Amino acid sequence: MTATQATWHRAKPARSGMLLRELRRIAKGLAFVSPWALGFLFFTIYPIGASFYYSLTRYDVLRPPKFIGLRNYVELFTRDEMFVIVIRNTLFMVIVGVPIALVVAFLLASLLNNPVRLRPVFRTIFFIPSIVPAVATAMVWLWIYNTQWGMINTFLASQGLPIIPFLSDPNLAKPSLIIINCWAQGGSIVIFLAALQDVPRTLYEAALVDGAGSWQRFWNITIPMCTPAILFVLITDLIGTFQSFTLPWLLTEGGPNNATELYGLYLYRNAFRFFKMGYASALAWILFLVIVIFTILVFRSSARWVYYGGAIE
Amino acid sequence: MAVTSAARARPSTYARRKKATPSKLIRQALLYAILLALSVLFVLPFAWMLSTSLKDDPQVYRVPPIWLPRPMRWRNYIEAMTVVPFGRFFVNTLWYVLPSTFGVLFSSALPAYGFARLRWKGRDLLFFICLATMMIPFQVQMIPLFITFKKLGWIDTYLPLVVPSFFGSAYSIFLLRQFFMTIPRELSDAAYMDGCGELMIFWRIILPLSRPALAVVALFQFMGAWNDYLGPLIYLNSMKRFPVALGLQLLRATYHAAGQKLVWPYLMAASTVVIAPILIIFFFTQRTFIEGITITGIKA
Repeated sequence: MTATQATWHRAKPARSGMLLRELRRIAKGLAFVSPWALGFLFFTIYPIGASFYYSLTRYDVLRPPKFIGLRNYVELFTRDEMFVIVIRNTLFMVIVGVPIALVVAFLLASLLNNPVRLRPVFRTIFFIPSIVPAVATAMVWLWIYNTQWGMINTFLASQGLPIIPFLSDPNLAKPSLIIINCWAQGGSIVIFLAALQDVPRTLYEAALVDGAGSWQRFWNITIPMCTPAILFVLITDLIGTFQSFTLPWLLTEGGPNNATELYGLYLYRNAFRFFKMGYASALAWILFLVIVIFTILVFRSSARWVYYGGAIE
Repeated sequence: MAVTSAARARPSTYARRKKATPSKLIRQALLYAILLALSVLFVLPFAWMLSTSLKDDPQVYRVPPIWLPRPMRWRNYIEAMTVVPFGRFFVNTLWYVLPSTFGVLFSSALPAYGFARLRWKGRDLLFFICLATMMIPFQVQMIPLFITFKKLGWIDTYLPLVVPSFFGSAYSIFLLRQFFMTIPRELSDAAYMDGCGELMIFWRIILPLSRPALAVVALFQFMGAWNDYLGPLIYLNSMKRFPVALGLQLLRATYHAAGQKLVWPYLMAASTVVIAPILIIFFFTQRTFIEGITITGIKA
């Protein structure tokens, strides 16, 4: 590929102005990427910088921001009891919820990877929940989880079984959210299925000859070969979960007893309900750093567990 | 080594696999049973939604639950659409979703070309930065953007939901770049020989060849914007500008507060109507959709 690129540029008339040509090439490249580059300045760099500045102020939008140094951060880490709860809730969703959803998606994809008729139909069925608008998902699950008349509890009641207060018990609210997430794993399933189908047949056949059982094959071939896809899904899920807002906001509004007050909710509440823009910006910056650190940690660890099958070819 | 021995062993393993032993049959039956059970589980919420959307009030509160309402109350749909102005919400949603889809297509294809088909110093660094921005949570940008848009007088207009999409989306750029890279270099070379400029090549060669990838980007953006809740929640205040996402929540709030009857049938009918366009689009574009997800997941 590098070879073709080299010849391709040599095709232009070779004049002495190397530097000039280089500059023109850069200008052309920049011109093409300029829509993104401008957006990067306006909608990424500026907001990040501004939110850092706001995080050092007290700001209620009506009056101009007042510089107060690190006091927002100090308050968050020393006096804000809610912050501790929010962190604990969010970490629960990340450390428990993300792996569960990932395993569910991987198992569903593995099931689909078997030679089954109607595979596209099953795939579609598993995929559809993930494209439903979050607001509609919330409405439907609110009704399914309804303590008195919901789908599950009316059934339980008719069998004389105790009902389950899915969203009104502080201990059950987070698991109830995780269940919904597992239901809506379509994107991950499709990615995993594609990865599973890319595993070379020859590997399985070699293992079969060597007398490996189906569990051994799954553990020693399937999973290692799919680790790049697993890494991708893990990282996108991680980032998404740290920011999750719509579902918990509509289902429980952070309740009961703050059990689902996740980071995104608390941030939104501070910014747009209490109009503590400075405080919310401090929250946003901490979230940003936490996400960066988690992502880097996962990437670092990936050298040890992600297998890029380059050697096979 | 392992590969060659496997290749040699292939015929025998295939022969073994073809034989339908009883244990194989049981396995197969079990597999279908599990898949079927799971499918039912996945579809159940939708069935529950549809069923409720057609119930009258007494049928909603029945133990054990009724799955096939009788009589079916189709009027729920009409009533749910009129107690809050859902027609208007639909128009509103399209009013900003379509421009933002167009915006992302235009503003992601050009940078993707710059990243995929041109060679220049700093390209790889910028592309890396572009990818890294996907990590940045919206919440970090949300507050300063809100303040800026407020100063511009854009709050309660669709501008905050449309204008940013004209400045490229990292995800779409990445997706298109991956696709552009697969188009043979020779095609561009031939065009250079004919004296074509970059823009001409982009417009006449790359774009027409990339229709599937462009479709994926448009589809994802359309659905993302249609499903978005936080953006409209922050930027829009007056009901006459609400998109369907906010309209649904409005319906719930109005009816819950008033303790009205038919809350759930109305809500489920409205949810069905909000989901329907997305499902219809999905059924017509399934292949494109799934290919798109696969591109991003595998090549990452």
